[in-house]
Amino acid sequence: MVLAVVERDGRGSLSAASGEVLGTARELAERLGVAVAAVAVGEAGDLPDDLAKQGVGRLHLLAHELLDGGGPARLGEALAGLVATLAPAAVLGADEPGVTDAMAWAATMVGAPLATACTEVRPGDDAWEVTRERSGGILLEDAVLAGPVRFCTLRPGGPAPSETAAAAEVTVDVVVPELDTTLPHATLVERRERSAGMSLATAPVVVAGGRGVGSAGGYAVLEELAGLVGGVVGCSRVATNNGWRPHSDQVGLTGTRISPDLYVACGISGATQHWVGCMNARSILAVNTDPEAPMVTRATWAVIGDVHTVLPAVVAEIRERSRRR
Amino acid sequence: MCVKRVPAVGAEILLTADGLAVDTRHLGFTIGPHEECAVEEAVRIAERTGGSAGVLTVGAPETEEQLRYAMSMGADHAVRVDAAAADGDPEATAAAITGALRDLPPYDLVLFGAASADAGHAQVGLRVACALRRPVVGGVKGIDPGPGHVSLRREVGGGVEVHEAPLPAVVTVLEGLNLPRYPTIKGRLRAKKAPIRVLPAAPPAGGLRTRRLRHRPEARAETIVLGRGAEAAPAVVDVLADLGVVR
Ligand SMILES: Cc1cc2nc3c(=O)[nH]c(=O)nc-3n(C[C@H](O)[C@H](O)[C@H](O)COP(=O)(O)OP(=O)(O)OC[C@H]3O[C@@H](n4cnc5c(N)ncnc54)[C@H](O)[C@@H]3O)c2cc1C
Ligand SMILES: Nc1ncnc2c1ncn2[C@@H]1O[C@H](COP(=O)(O)O)[C@@H](O)[C@H]1O
Repeated sequence: MVLAVVERDGRGSLSAASGEVLGTARELAERLGVAVAAVAVGEAGDLPDDLAKQGVGRLHLLAHELLDGGGPARLGEALAGLVATLAPAAVLGADEPGVTDAMAWAATMVGAPLATACTEVRPGDDAWEVTRERSGGILLEDAVLAGPVRFCTLRPGGPAPSETAAAAEVTVDVVVPELDTTLPHATLVERRERSAGMSLATAPVVVAGGRGVGSAGGYAVLEELAGLVGGVVGCSRVATNNGWRPHSDQVGLTGTRISPDLYVACGISGATQHWVGCMNARSILAVNTDPEAPMVTRATWAVIGDVHTVLPAVVAEIRERSRRR
Repeated sequence: MCVKRVPAVGAEILLTADGLAVDTRHLGFTIGPHEECAVEEAVRIAERTGGSAGVLTVGAPETEEQLRYAMSMGADHAVRVDAAAADGDPEATAAAITGALRDLPPYDLVLFGAASADAGHAQVGLRVACALRRPVVGGVKGIDPGPGHVSLRREVGGGVEVHEAPLPAVVTVLEGLNLPRYPTIKGRLRAKKAPIRVLPAAPPAGGLRTRRLRHRPEARAETIVLGRGAEAAPAVVDVLADLGVVR
């Protein structure tokens, strides 16, 4: 069996990332000639219906009061218990912090390896092969995964989930895990919603500035341009480290990875750790004094020049055209 | 806090001929940004509470460079767990750290980066917490220690969560937790002479073995240069109009 860790989205349906996990799980299961089962925590929501469309016949629902807000340790322990009972060939989950942390805990409990950030999982007789992202995805690593159970988390972009005709009846199996209540554990004590608005991760346009912007005040024109094009401001780590921008604006390996329609990179050289954060942008416009800067040579469009003269001119041109219309 | 020596790669990454590692002949080394924040936070907490901050790494003697860097930021003492390479498989690294933490005087708080900057296995901290049966919270952006417990803030989707854990606890942190300081000259001098404790380790190999590193096939764009300086503005706005982001 291949066990897929799935989650509900805000509306109670199968999350997009979980859908992709099921796509890979089904491919794997077909090659191994075994079934796919899903595991989730808490309420079933729309999961049984959504799983049926994916041809998955069984859902294990972990139910225990300690799982709500119990963090990765509790979920990991519950998952390890299920793995011990079901003995799956592999456990797959989305490459997201909550899932990865729980899978790391579970893998440790059952003495198995965990390959995170996988783009491919290839089963073999004994040792399996995986391809995983390293250094934020600029490098790929082919690795051998040997163990009694293979735990893998999957990067987005795997085989697209297709609805199969084999809309099986989904058996929901409520599992009350045995949790070690003597284990000291962290507790969720508060949950606050943040003000909704356009975020760096989801904005269609990101206007980002790096060392070339030169000062905190220099971002005013980036803010202005971002406002005119319906986007938000981002930055490089140099800007964060200098205290010009908050870390929540940072694009890159240790900041946010984004995939906007347009990325405007102003005075940013394009170091790999920055590049992995913006390489999935649909298009890139670089503004840089150096025509050889990696960001320039990798961009869709470039303007060679000083951000302090180019950006004000662009803003003026946009304003001028809207006046003329 | 646990830190890992990683190559400070630039805009291109060269690989060794056997494809097993990054070619570091012309590179410097560093610790990841998440870990830099872990060091900064540990030093601040130690200063505030009158405690002490220790730094630990797993690797060969050259990894002491990163321990000394952490000490120049204010860490009080350092431990190197001896291993052939810093970039071992995550099960082996976690076992080496777990073994060392069992031998060392107890720590109230053990900080990890959420992921190492090169391998990014995103699991060593969790594995250590599990092996030591310690409470753990991952991906933390705020740490507020109190008597016997610690309050931890993390950002999720559209919200913020606060967790509370009894001490001793394990925490994996994210960059943005604080703004790390630059080491002072005095700090550097002190760190240069500070002793480093070396512990042996012989953890069994784990089940993940690197066969080869390779570059991601990249769709190379032919860059269209729209112009130089302010004169490029009309061409830029034409592009923005074509994209439909301005009218
Ligand atoms: C482990 C690790 C993780 C990291 N994670 C991240 C991360 O998440 N995000 C990130 O951004 N970085 C990250 N970094 C840092 C990264 O390596 C680079 O140092 C950083 O991205 C460089 O920022 P920059 O491009 O703004 O500065 P620089 O590299 O200094 O480039 C400045 C650019 O601006 C141009 N310029 C200068 N003046 C002007 C002007 N007036 N007008 C126009 N152009 C001008 C220059 O030609 C140059 O191309 C990480 C580093 C490490 C080691
Ligand atoms: N060789 C090492 N020595 C000390 N700490 C390490 C080492 N490798 C990983 N770590 C710690 O574990 C965290 C997560 O690493 P990883 O699981 O590889 O992503 C890092 O941010 C470090 O805090």
